[in-house]
Amino acid sequence: MKYPVINSASYILVNTPDMVVHNGTTQTMEKLSNPDSEYIKKVPSHIRKYDEVLNYIPNQVYIGNLTPSDLKNKKLPWCNIDSKSKERFGKFGEIMPQDEFIGLLKISDSFNLVLLENSFSSNIMKKLSKHPLLGKNIAETKDGVDIELINKEINENGAEALYDNNKVIGCVKKAHDVDVNLTSHIMFENLVVKASGFLAFKHLINNTDKEVEDIDYVIECSEEACGDMNQRGGGNFAKSIAELSGANNATGSDTRGFCAAPTHALIQAAALVKSGVYKNVVIVAGGATAKLGMNGKDHVKKGLPILEDVLGGFAVLISENDGINPIIRTDLIGRHTVGTGSSPQAVITSLITLPLDKANMKITDIDKYSVEMQNPDITKPAGAGDVPTSNYKMIGALGVKRGDIERKELLNFVTNHGMPGWAPTQGHIPSGVPYLGFAIDDLTIGNLNRAMIVGKGSLFLGRMTNLFDGVSVVVERNKGSIEEEKSISKNEIKSMIAEAMKDFGNHLIND
Amino acid sequence: MDLENQKRVKDFAEKYGAENLVVILGAAEGEAAGLAAETVTAGDPTFAGPLTGVQLGLSVYHCCEPQFKEAVDEDIYEDQIGMMEMVLDLDEIIEEMTDIRDEFCKYC
Repeated sequence: MKYPVINSASYILVNTPDMVVHNGTTQTMEKLSNPDSEYIKKVPSHIRKYDEVLNYIPNQVYIGNLTPSDLKNKKLPWCNIDSKSKERFGKFGEIMPQDEFIGLLKISDSFNLVLLENSFSSNIMKKLSKHPLLGKNIAETKDGVDIELINKEINENGAEALYDNNKVIGCVKKAHDVDVNLTSHIMFENLVVKASGFLAFKHLINNTDKEVEDIDYVIECSEEACGDMNQRGGGNFAKSIAELSGANNATGSDTRGFCAAPTHALIQAAALVKSGVYKNVVIVAGGATAKLGMNGKDHVKKGLPILEDVLGGFAVLISENDGINPIIRTDLIGRHTVGTGSSPQAVITSLITLPLDKANMKITDIDKYSVEMQNPDITKPAGAGDVPTSNYKMIGALGVKRGDIERKELLNFVTNHGMPGWAPTQGHIPSGVPYLGFAIDDLTIGNLNRAMIVGKGSLFLGRMTNLFDGVSVVVERNKGSIEEEKSISKNEIKSMIAEAMKDFGNHLIND
Repeated sequence: MDLENQKRVKDFAEKYGAENLVVILGAAEGEAAGLAAETVTAGDPTFAGPLTGVQLGLSVYHCCEPQFKEAVDEDIYEDQIGMMEMVLDLDEIIEEMTDIRDEFCKYC
């Protein structure tokens, strides 16, 4: 069977200190309900500088300068540990500073909604023109405007202010006078998704041997929705990102499923390639400003910096089998169905052991499980525990119940088949997919043979159903498709000869 | 505790009476279980939700505590919760829950 492969992956972060303060919902809600709160007063002194965001091991793992094993046995809080890598650019992508990202918002703006102040605009475009991947896009950018016009738009016309270094340097205008789905706030959030998704896409094309013109289809899988009052989530982030990236031969669509969406998108992309509908499919997602500083109150209370100070983005290219890159086992899919039930046991069974049963595999036959790879440095101080470790314990416990491992082996299972979490808590960003970049190496030049990607989502947040959701898929070392086909044909020849010899023998006996 | 859940607990307490209500928690951490238990007994400690300043004093248990385990069908418990029981730090959860009940519960 010819399986599709994971051709390449990219991962980007954007450090957004001012957006934590002005756009994260924990902070905006607090300002609304309790404007004089102690928390709001304390926030500015808990914001990290760009250098500190670079000097943070989980961030360096996310962009591929370090690996998950660099976090093993490191004591929390990780934010106090000096990272041996502090680079902006990494193997998978980069950690972009806020000022350049605001420039990227302008580049992503097709409807002249983003206004940037004259001097900020010219400085930032100069800075961006030196970016190794973005130079070409700068030429198309329009000039800045006077600060008076920006202030007028904010104060009189409901524009969303853009801050850098605590100073207003621009704004995002509303896109319609009365349409609640085209407000300046929604346009800002959507442009952030588009711009950060675009940055991830650019890095993906830089990381692959394919040309951008080779991309046939794009699936965007973040958590925002774009559309107007007649179609709230009409779409289409995917095509807008493809357009900006120069993927002229691609079309696309958006897939949603809360945090599970990236794994849904991965399976859909694999199916499209395997069926032959498309040869090269990109899954891409931008980041969410609403989740910036989501657990800020707990971080501040515990004397930590506000660690949710980055937007996340990623892109993965799924292509036809090249005989080299890891294959996606489209026949080994786990899914949480409507009838599965919501107990953790039912969830883990449907996602982990059902696909393994199809292949007569044990829980230990998967070398690495990539679950919700949330950074525990962020979640533990907020009382949400170490999410990946809890998941590994659950998978191990199910292994004990099935008799795959001894109970005393449970903690060894967590260590050997799990990984410490390194991804920012941006909902869809940590869910299953952060490991795909590392999986390409681990399952080709590394010594692993099989990994499982697991995505889970909390659908009840949308108030349409109380159901939970999740899907999973196995990825495997490529044995070489061409060889596979040859060996099949050799076997076929052998069996044909054997059949012919048997017939000949029967003839002799009958004669 | 989720603001929507706080609202539901408050509504149920008004509708059925606080003395007739038992809250069962499924939190995976002692601290999270303790916070939820505090919310439905002494009021929302984060001062964010509908239970802010509302001392319902409800009976509250974690689903892995013996009081709940002994009250339900053994096979169903094993099927639904047995795996999680293996994973959670039960001592920590029981300690948190007991402390909160001793201090704030009016009906336990």
